[in-house]
Amino acid sequence: MNPLEAFRIAAQGVFANKLRSALTVLGIIIGVGAVISLMSMGRGSQAAVTSGIESMGTNLVFVRPGATTQGGVRSAQGTASTLTLDDAYAIADPVAAPAVAMVAPQMSTAGQVVAGGNNTFTQILGVTPEFEQVRNFPIADGEFITQRDVESRSMVAVLGANVAETVFGGDDPVGQYITVSQRRFEVIGVLVSKGGTGFGSQDDMILIPITTLQYRLAAQRTASGRSNVNTINVQVINAKQIDAAEAQISAILRERHNITGEDDFTITSQEETVAALNQATGVLTVFLGGIAGISLLVGGIGIMNIMLVSVAERTREIGIRKAVGAKRRDILMQFLIEATVLSLTGGVGGVLAGWGLSRVAPRLFQELSGQTIQAVISSDIVLLAFGVSAAIGLFFGIYPASRAARLNPIEALRHE
Amino acid sequence: MIVMDNIVKTYKMGEVEVHALRGVSLAVDNGEMVAIMGPSGSGKSTLMNVIGCLDQPTSGSYRLDGREVSQLNDNQLAEIRNRRIGFVFQTFNLLPQATALANVELPLIYGGASNRRQKALEALAKVGLSDRIRHRPTELSGGEQQRVAIARALINNPAVILADEPTGNLDSRSSAEIIDIFEQLNREEGITIVFVTHDQDIAHRTKRILHILDGEISRVEELVQNEGVPSAVEEEGK
Repeated sequence: MNPLEAFRIAAQGVFANKLRSALTVLGIIIGVGAVISLMSMGRGSQAAVTSGIESMGTNLVFVRPGATTQGGVRSAQGTASTLTLDDAYAIADPVAAPAVAMVAPQMSTAGQVVAGGNNTFTQILGVTPEFEQVRNFPIADGEFITQRDVESRSMVAVLGANVAETVFGGDDPVGQYITVSQRRFEVIGVLVSKGGTGFGSQDDMILIPITTLQYRLAAQRTASGRSNVNTINVQVINAKQIDAAEAQISAILRERHNITGEDDFTITSQEETVAALNQATGVLTVFLGGIAGISLLVGGIGIMNIMLVSVAERTREIGIRKAVGAKRRDILMQFLIEATVLSLTGGVGGVLAGWGLSRVAPRLFQELSGQTIQAVISSDIVLLAFGVSAAIGLFFGIYPASRAARLNPIEALRHE
Repeated sequence: MIVMDNIVKTYKMGEVEVHALRGVSLAVDNGEMVAIMGPSGSGKSTLMNVIGCLDQPTSGSYRLDGREVSQLNDNQLAEIRNRRIGFVFQTFNLLPQATALANVELPLIYGGASNRRQKALEALAKVGLSDRIRHRPTELSGGEQQRVAIARALINNPAVILADEPTGNLDSRSSAEIIDIFEQLNREEGITIVFVTHDQDIAHRTKRILHILDGEISRVEELVQNEGVPSAVEEEGK
């Protein structure tokens, strides 16, 4: 029997029981659809995390102080006050650190920002002019903090988009004044809104000259009188130089801090952060896919069930076919193709359903929770779901089909 | 032609051995029309299954058109059934979803024949059903369904048509028509026909009746057909 003939016979079998076939197919549609929509949403959140981190700037390396140890109790990384502004300038030295393109130290605190009758509690970052470029914070209105502002510890501030909106409403904030800890700052600029990254809003902060924060606002100094910094953002000249840059920064700081043993600072690259988060969201994606896979498995069992019923019902038909010369192989093919037609039809339907769901679900999710998730359907997910559905048809079809093929023609003919 | 020599068939029903056939020897020539008769449980169904290559004998030799078929495997038996044997059953055994034409074509699908439609139309014409080819079995009378089954049995020019109680589910008028068709096929096309039946009327239209009892051929009745009025010449068979 040629394959086309086998396919025709199998298709007749599928259409002979339309409702039953449709319900069986529905099981697979739900399974495949769930796999595709859930996995694409997992991928979507992965993409969102990555782009969120990349919106911080490119080719970044972050240098943070190490942990303090007091009386044997070790605190969290970044709690020590070992990094200073001078460390940052040393890293910027093009001779000692040729892989470094630009350095932007930052110091952060938090406080109440007041303007007129409005106020908000927000993050206050002390930065240098390089911050604008290194961390990719373009100005929407006004201007950024200048080197002069840093040198003279000017009382100026650049507002994040959210803060500007909260304390000034629709008014133009540039040229107006805000009060932070009883000190007046002139607003010289407003940042372009970046939206959320999944790690708190980058729009919810104000920027002031780092020296202003150190000397006039927080007055934090190390014992030796040098002002310290939380983080030194370092932009590397290109992605390939990141390892070299880390080594150069490490060498400079170890020399400056006279370290022979354990470092009193940590260096992490943006890539490491992206990789770690990708791993986390990747686990999430696999987890979601696994849950959806269970429904696909249930769909497959549905196929097996219906094929067993079909074989039992058509025992006599099988007997007739065998009596007129059908071989085992012919019967096996007939039922195997029938199962595969069911599962592949479900696969196609499921791809469409999954595609539809991936468009609808994010909107629904946003309505309900206010969070944005986009779904990214990639061809590999579609191929995977399709391949799995075909495999399910074969796998769950093989037992019923071989049962049909092994039937004794005499008994099958006698079957009512 | 069919030549069976000392065919034995033993079933195991749990612990008990059932001796369905205890050494059957028979020969049916090409172009012959014979009947196998016997009461229920005599082994005649088993004999028919063995002749039809649906079942294999436990021992003994069975040559169909000179080919030994008693030792063939499943696939080879399926091929013999497809090319050399035509079945006509009491309950017709047509595929309910398929049209008359599709039912008749069925053996050709498994035989890989070309020109299927043409051959099926010819076979349906031989049984006088050319005007019913698009009908499904449920839309046909019992006699018509049995004619479709005969057309299906004919289609591969088999060595033998095996008819198992072909008129058992039919009224007397349809029965007469069906028997006429068999007779005509035997006379005009020279097709070998073996009936398995209880029906004396059918049996006496053949040239020979093999009586089977307790798994053995008890008696062979040679009949002389004379103007449709049978007169029996009996002889003791082994």
